[in-house]
Amino acid sequence: MRVPVISTIAALACGSMLLAACGQGGPASDSGKVSQDKIVIGVLNDQSGVYKDLSGPNSVEAVKMAVADFLAKYGDKAVTKNIEVITADHQNKPDIANTKAQEMYDRQNADIILDVPTSSAALAVAEQAKAAKKLYINIGAGTTALTNDQCNKYTFHWAYDTYMLANGTGTVITKAGGKDWQIIYPDYAFGQDMNKSFTAAVQKAGGTVGASIATPFPNDNFATFLTKAASAKPNVIGAMQAGGDLVTLVKQFNEQKLRDQNITLAAGLMFITDIHSAGVDQFQGVEFTDPWYWNFDDQNRAWAAKFNEKTGTEPSFAHAANYSAATQYLEAVQAAGTDDSDAVVKNLEGKKINDVFLRNGEIRAQDHRVIHDVYLAKVKDADKVTTDWDYEDIVSTIPAAEAFKPLSESTCKM
Amino acid sequence: MSAIVQYTLQGLASGSFYALSALGLAVIFGLLGVVNFAHGACFMLGAVGAAILLAEVDAGFWVSLAVIPVLLFVFGVIVERLLVRWLVALDPLYNFLLTFGLALLVVDLVKRRYGVSALRFAAPPQLDGVLQVGGVRLPYYQLFVFGFSLVVCAIVWLVLSTTRLGMIVRASTENGDLTRALGIDVGRWVTPVFGFGIALAGLSGVLAAPMRAVTADMGSNFVIVLFAVVVIGGLGSIAGAVVAGFAVGLLEAFGQAYAPSLSQILIFVLMAVVVLLRPAGLFGKEERA
Repeated sequence: MRVPVISTIAALACGSMLLAACGQGGPASDSGKVSQDKIVIGVLNDQSGVYKDLSGPNSVEAVKMAVADFLAKYGDKAVTKNIEVITADHQNKPDIANTKAQEMYDRQNADIILDVPTSSAALAVAEQAKAAKKLYINIGAGTTALTNDQCNKYTFHWAYDTYMLANGTGTVITKAGGKDWQIIYPDYAFGQDMNKSFTAAVQKAGGTVGASIATPFPNDNFATFLTKAASAKPNVIGAMQAGGDLVTLVKQFNEQKLRDQNITLAAGLMFITDIHSAGVDQFQGVEFTDPWYWNFDDQNRAWAAKFNEKTGTEPSFAHAANYSAATQYLEAVQAAGTDDSDAVVKNLEGKKINDVFLRNGEIRAQDHRVIHDVYLAKVKDADKVTTDWDYEDIVSTIPAAEAFKPLSESTCKM
Repeated sequence: MSAIVQYTLQGLASGSFYALSALGLAVIFGLLGVVNFAHGACFMLGAVGAAILLAEVDAGFWVSLAVIPVLLFVFGVIVERLLVRWLVALDPLYNFLLTFGLALLVVDLVKRRYGVSALRFAAPPQLDGVLQVGGVRLPYYQLFVFGFSLVVCAIVWLVLSTTRLGMIVRASTENGDLTRALGIDVGRWVTPVFGFGIALAGLSGVLAAPMRAVTADMGSNFVIVLFAVVVIGGLGSIAGAVVAGFAVGLLEAFGQAYAPSLSQILIFVLMAVVVLLRPAGLFGKEERA
């Protein structure tokens, strides 16, 4: 009887040693490696509409740059050399975003989806990520719901949100002496939210909002609203319009020469691509919060130069953020040794990061809001612009801890 | 008080775009009986065309103001010859649908080629600035738009009321069959008048470009208000188009100033009231209604 017992124990010991060996990265196990020895990164964004320039096809380029840099960095030690970037156009429509996201996760085996501008589309993809238990890093959308009411374990919000824009611009300008505000906002959900956030930020910083004027959306005549706002003799007019409506408003602000009456125009939601398309002469003097600016320092310029080689244009914050998100995702996979979603999420949570996009960055574990330094920018006067895209003066840096909604106010329950 | 003067000028400036465009609609409807739904797209083509000329050949505002209406005249002539002409004999609904489809096509082609972001275009340096009278601040550009549009409307009115061409247009607006029966070749005026109507829409587009975002979609909302203008003024009525154009501009400005949430509804309330009390519009003739 003794012999079988001993041999059984020996066999068990052998077996467990074998298992342990497998667990340390042997090629046969399921949990300890990259599924199908391939990482698939999906970039789902606007390839044809209003956000095409802001993000679009050039963000796909940025993600490909991240992949190339990752493979160059790790060489043979890379967790896999087989990394594919796939892309789709969601046309800023939530239903299309929904279907495309499902297709990417389920049929194309995407491990992660990046970008997704337009809030409604962004929230639709968050639902898909949650259902598929796969990662999703949003860059292009502004809604705070992604890291509040509708947050989930697999969704991260990388670059900016409406709270950050309102808070940054409202607070910094008020503290710098722009105490009396008039706000002009488009009368729909986004505009009303921005108006609330701005008003709160201005008041907290010791300023007053004389009046908040609701305007129709869309609208092509802001002259009267501007005259009305200016007649209260404010220091600042805050405009919450976006896209074409913002351009119209700024043109009519210039037409009335309100800047000569010492009124600053602060824009709630504005991107460098808006300045580029409508012309820097229209926007000169406008102040806004920018998550990232290519001409801010040498590190940014160096990366922008590489980006420019590939695309022929300077990067927007969204391009840099897509690069950063793809890079940090791949780093997390490398560190975890697997593309298993839960393991990668665990690696990302709470991580402190400094890269070309994130300065003093931190991935908050509790709500997956990525916080980082952001900037209050002022559009240069047209005669000060030396090269194409050289449009911004950075007025001040808003530290990561102050830029985003504090955790104490978050309504996220994961 | 100073604000009221400023609102008035703002209303008249945006009313100028309506007046000029509605005038174009009115002459087209008068002579052809065609309700040109592509008028908003032509307005957009005027503005986008100016931006394209600026980007491609560095042509400024003044060049565009002269060239764009000519280009749109040619465009109008082509559209009339190739398309509209063949449907005139049928139910007016066919041309309505044709021009509606044309508008969608034009807008999408512009989007495809030039994207949806706003294109660059600014007011000419000569008109950059504000006229200060006491506490009243009047932008030069708004003054120019209003003055220029008034002059154009006056010229059109003079041509229609004093020349032989004007007589023919007015006569055939009144009763096309009878005019033909009197031996007047109405047909040869149809093409140039259509082109002229389109050119007016393009002209107001150029005028609008410095003060609005120049995008492929800028005509889509414009055309809706424009049709309200035409209904208020009376379809086919030249004077009605101009008066209603400026009136709607003023209503919009004062609505925005004193009842912002109602500003867009007000125009359509006015339209409903006019249609209830005078179904043919303020200046329209009942028998054409």
